[in-house]
Amino acid sequence: MDGLLTAAFLSSLLTGAIVAGIPILLAGLGEQMSEKAGVLNIGIEGMMIFGAYLGFLTAWSTESLWLGFLGGMVGGMVVAGLMALLCVRLGLNQIVIGIGLTLGAEGLTSLLHHFQFSRTYPRLPAADRLDLAILTDIPVIGPSLFARHPIVYLALISVIVLTWAYKRTNLGLTLRAAGEKPAALDVSGGNVVRIRTVAVLFTGAMAGLGGAYMANIAAGLFIPFMTGGAGFIGIVLAMLARGRPLWVLIGGLIFGAALSLTTALQVAGSNVPTDIIQMLPFAAVMLVLVIWGRKAKLPAALGLSYERGAR
Amino acid sequence: MSVSGTQATQSTKEPANGPLGEARHVRFLFLTIGPIIAALITSGLILVAFGINPITYYIFVIQKGLFSSLGLEQTLTRMAPLLFLAAGLIVSFRAGIWNLGIDGQFLLGAVASAALAPVLLGVVPGWLMLLLGFVLAALVGAVWSILPALLRAYQGVNEIITTLMMTFLGVSLANVLVKLIFLDPNTTVPQTRTLPVADRLPRLFDTTISSGLIWALGAVLLVHLVMTRTAFGLKLRTVGANPLAAAHAGLSVPRLTTAVFALSAGFAGLAGASEILGVNGNVPADWNPAYGLMVIPLVFLARFHGVGSIVLVFFYSALLIGSESAARRVGVPQDFTLVLVATLLIFLGLAEWLDHRRRKGSG
Amino acid sequence: MHDRAISSQTSTFANGGEAVGLVNVTKRFPGVVAVDDVSLGIRSGEVHVLLGENGAGKSTIVGMLAGLQLPDEGHLTVGGRPVRLMSPVESLGAGINTVFQHVMLVPTLTVFENLVLGDAWWRRPLRAKIERRIIELQREFGLKVPLDAITGDLSLGEQQQIEIARALLRDSHVLVLDEATSMLTPQGADELGERMRRLAERGLAVVFITHKLSEAYRFGDRISVLKQGCFAGEIDRAILNEMSEKQAVDEMVRLMFGTSDTAAPMVRPSRDLGQVRLSVTKLATAGATEEMALSDVSFEVSSGEILGIAGIDGNGQKQMAEALAGQRPVIAGVVELEGRDITFASVGMHRTLGLRYLTDDRLMEGSVGLFSVSDNTVLKEIGFPPYWTYGFERPVIISAHARGLIDRFSVHTPSEATPIGHLSGGNIQKVLLGRELSGEARVVVFNKPTYGLDMQNIAASRSRIHKIAEDGMAVLLISTDLDELIELADRIAVMDRGRICSILKNDPTRPSEMRTDIGRLMVGEAPAEVVA
Repeated sequence: MDGLLTAAFLSSLLTGAIVAGIPILLAGLGEQMSEKAGVLNIGIEGMMIFGAYLGFLTAWSTESLWLGFLGGMVGGMVVAGLMALLCVRLGLNQIVIGIGLTLGAEGLTSLLHHFQFSRTYPRLPAADRLDLAILTDIPVIGPSLFARHPIVYLALISVIVLTWAYKRTNLGLTLRAAGEKPAALDVSGGNVVRIRTVAVLFTGAMAGLGGAYMANIAAGLFIPFMTGGAGFIGIVLAMLARGRPLWVLIGGLIFGAALSLTTALQVAGSNVPTDIIQMLPFAAVMLVLVIWGRKAKLPAALGLSYERGAR
Repeated sequence: MSVSGTQATQSTKEPANGPLGEARHVRFLFLTIGPIIAALITSGLILVAFGINPITYYIFVIQKGLFSSLGLEQTLTRMAPLLFLAAGLIVSFRAGIWNLGIDGQFLLGAVASAALAPVLLGVVPGWLMLLLGFVLAALVGAVWSILPALLRAYQGVNEIITTLMMTFLGVSLANVLVKLIFLDPNTTVPQTRTLPVADRLPRLFDTTISSGLIWALGAVLLVHLVMTRTAFGLKLRTVGANPLAAAHAGLSVPRLTTAVFALSAGFAGLAGASEILGVNGNVPADWNPAYGLMVIPLVFLARFHGVGSIVLVFFYSALLIGSESAARRVGVPQDFTLVLVATLLIFLGLAEWLDHRRRKGSG
Repeated sequence: MHDRAISSQTSTFANGGEAVGLVNVTKRFPGVVAVDDVSLGIRSGEVHVLLGENGAGKSTIVGMLAGLQLPDEGHLTVGGRPVRLMSPVESLGAGINTVFQHVMLVPTLTVFENLVLGDAWWRRPLRAKIERRIIELQREFGLKVPLDAITGDLSLGEQQQIEIARALLRDSHVLVLDEATSMLTPQGADELGERMRRLAERGLAVVFITHKLSEAYRFGDRISVLKQGCFAGEIDRAILNEMSEKQAVDEMVRLMFGTSDTAAPMVRPSRDLGQVRLSVTKLATAGATEEMALSDVSFEVSSGEILGIAGIDGNGQKQMAEALAGQRPVIAGVVELEGRDITFASVGMHRTLGLRYLTDDRLMEGSVGLFSVSDNTVLKEIGFPPYWTYGFERPVIISAHARGLIDRFSVHTPSEATPIGHLSGGNIQKVLLGRELSGEARVVVFNKPTYGLDMQNIAASRSRIHKIAEDGMAVLLISTDLDELIELADRIAVMDRGRICSILKNDPTRPSEMRTDIGRLMVGEAPAEVVA
């Protein structure tokens, strides 16, 4: 077991935690805003996969990773737009539509990939990393933490920005009112539909970005169904995080670490079967839920559509 | 978080005529057939965008799935696990519970039956081996739902996340069991020991249709009967429609909730058993057909009605079989069915919304 | 939005000018005309009362003033100009602020956050400015506004003050108060009346909606009476000044109903009391965030007796009813039904032994809106014969039972198969009452039985309650309507913070003294004279 504490293992684990954790973090942050506003966004997995595909397609055809990320955000927002229209505007059941959008996006991207790339399976060139000068010289954690693609740093910054926005601005206030008691927001002159739409579109953008990260950076290619439940994990994180972006970050990193533990263990020369390791993160979540689940304190109006003057 | 966000699927008697006084059948057509046609057309347009002729595709699918004798038999066989899952979902949704863990429960039930059957082979009579296989699968499925059940019943923890997590856990656990514990040492392919064809669930008459179909049909009809005609069913529906009223009426909501999970998950386990004991004979490693997520929209479309679910599952199975074939011949991946089902769900939602608007406007 | 002080009234709203008005307004809903060709005007500087019973159209008018609804015909005017208020934003922009009957504050936000709610989401809230304005308002109107308290922790009366403060922070010309005294003590209502007067003196147009006649008399400068959606008449201050309260009430009743029967509390024939049926000794339950804990609750109710429970809403009445019915766990004390200890019995057992509970929450707890009337009548007996045998339902028997109940209690419904959610509040109440009284009922606990019903249904319900007591039932009547308690109860217990502070003997011939005594107990003062 002393192979575990080697630099190689730790650095591999850290790298893996970030690479696997960033998409989950982005999904979680996005979902958190939706849920604050009262929308239970089950379609987030669909937003991620569509963002992954569109992000990959854009990056591959324009040969620009940054445009690829933009494409990912657009992809996520397209699916989110549908969600906003059907659930926020028209008031259809959020869970049913969410499942529908996820299935549809996964099926559609599979078809798109088949008709476009199934013969060629193109790969993107490895992404440029942004080395943060001196910091990368710190032993062990240096290269893992501070020599990553800029999107990683952007994601981390967004945690700070969101925390500030939720606490200090009217945005955070309006979101919370929409999620707790939309009627109160409505009669105060706020617009419930508008703020929820904004929240859902933001979720789409973040999820799409997360998907694009998976395709363009983490894997370098697109495979149908490649998000593998990251969106759902994002939902879990958002529900457990009690409205705080920082907790989404912590949860995302822990999850990422757990998911990439297999690779890190292989690096360390250990032989624990993959499948057992893969159970760990989910078992951990269940444990958290058993201990703290009751106090989850979700917004009161979560999942309910708002209709002015509904009798 | 309950299912009651959907429209009036829980009413004991729906008002007969629509708001414009049109006959009941017209409204039924609008709400059920309408979304199906809209979905077919929309998905067809997507095929056009890929350069495929949708008419050819649909005709091919129908031919292979329904009008060829082999295809029809495969369709009917495929229905069995889907129907068991539908039974479980009807129980769950009518009680207002989102059991999204059915795929995990399905897999573990399958593994349980796959592990038990070869052991009992020759030791007990064939029918007993099969029966015990089913019973164990149901129990394992039910046990796998205990944690989400108790968390929801006694702590109010949202079951969407808990059941989803249990599915991920279940899939991994199933793999561990297959690869490490129940691995068949006699083959190179990682899978459990195979149950010989002769010892599986008997076929129907001279066909290749597994008799699991009969049991599955019975399960759905039984569930429908219980939910609509018995005290237990009414209790579950009350909990699903209004948990406060249920408590006020003296019903034990936590106990009923736990019972719902156990039943729903038990049926999912049976679905797994029927697939192994009736069709596959073993569980390969990394096997996850994920039937559960697909049955959810069908049960919704059928408004949780038993016979309606059977009809829709039949057509969906035909679609699955036909599209498998079409994937090879016409070049459209089977994942197209996902798109079709997704558009179906969305149009269903829209149809209900239109209906709701019209009722508000006049009535 | 928060920058302009109240005193900068624009010239259109000079004192005495019309601030807001309705011109030939009609509003229809499926199956009913809620407001029928109503025209009225509300002037600046006056307290204008909109009087009418439940269902007369008052709430609909409030909805239109607040921008939640548009008239089907006719239009509103603001400052003399016709306007279309398409949303709350436009209503607020026109200077109309509404305090609704049900609190429209977000319970998890702080008071400050609720005050600034509704402002554009890209702006930052201006704390200092608002603090200054709040200090002014507190001084001038005696409002209590703890800026950093969590809104949900405050009492309903305190939350109402915050809503008024919020309205005053904006540039208001019109303040609409919808049934604002329903959650207040008599003293609290008087304070509100005082506040409205001061606001009117500052030039605001105050619209006060109520169905309580004495409040209309005491607080209003002008009274517009609504009857079944129509404008029935107006009573001016000058005329009011010449009448005594009784004469004024008579006139109001005449306009509201077209008869001269006063709505003064009936004095009912006295009843003989029999054996003690319900005995509660030192009952205690645990509390939670929004739920009062009960402690040391003791009383007895005899056959033929009506024991009233008075108190401000939220002081444990609902928790007590639930504990008596078996829906809430008891941590100390004993509940005995005809000598039998039922403290820890199940809800079903309570019911079988004869303790029936009519909840105040008709649609959210008492019934399942999507189920038929038939199913709702047997909702508490699922699985029991004769409605179920061997677990299977007997629809014919259930329908017959339901039809009988519909008949006996005069329920207006298309059929017994109609979803109960389609029925009016009064008819749902009748179904629930019929359900609770069926079988062997020995004690009935009523929680706010006439809340939200129209006058006819209220009178009918009260008569029914009196009648079942006459027939020997022991009745526990929980109500926030003091008139109701004074009319019906033999004794009245007052609940405050989860305890019974006193039990008074009721004297319906001296209603105002009773009101004063009860009112003081409700806020924790000792009454002038205590009779246990």
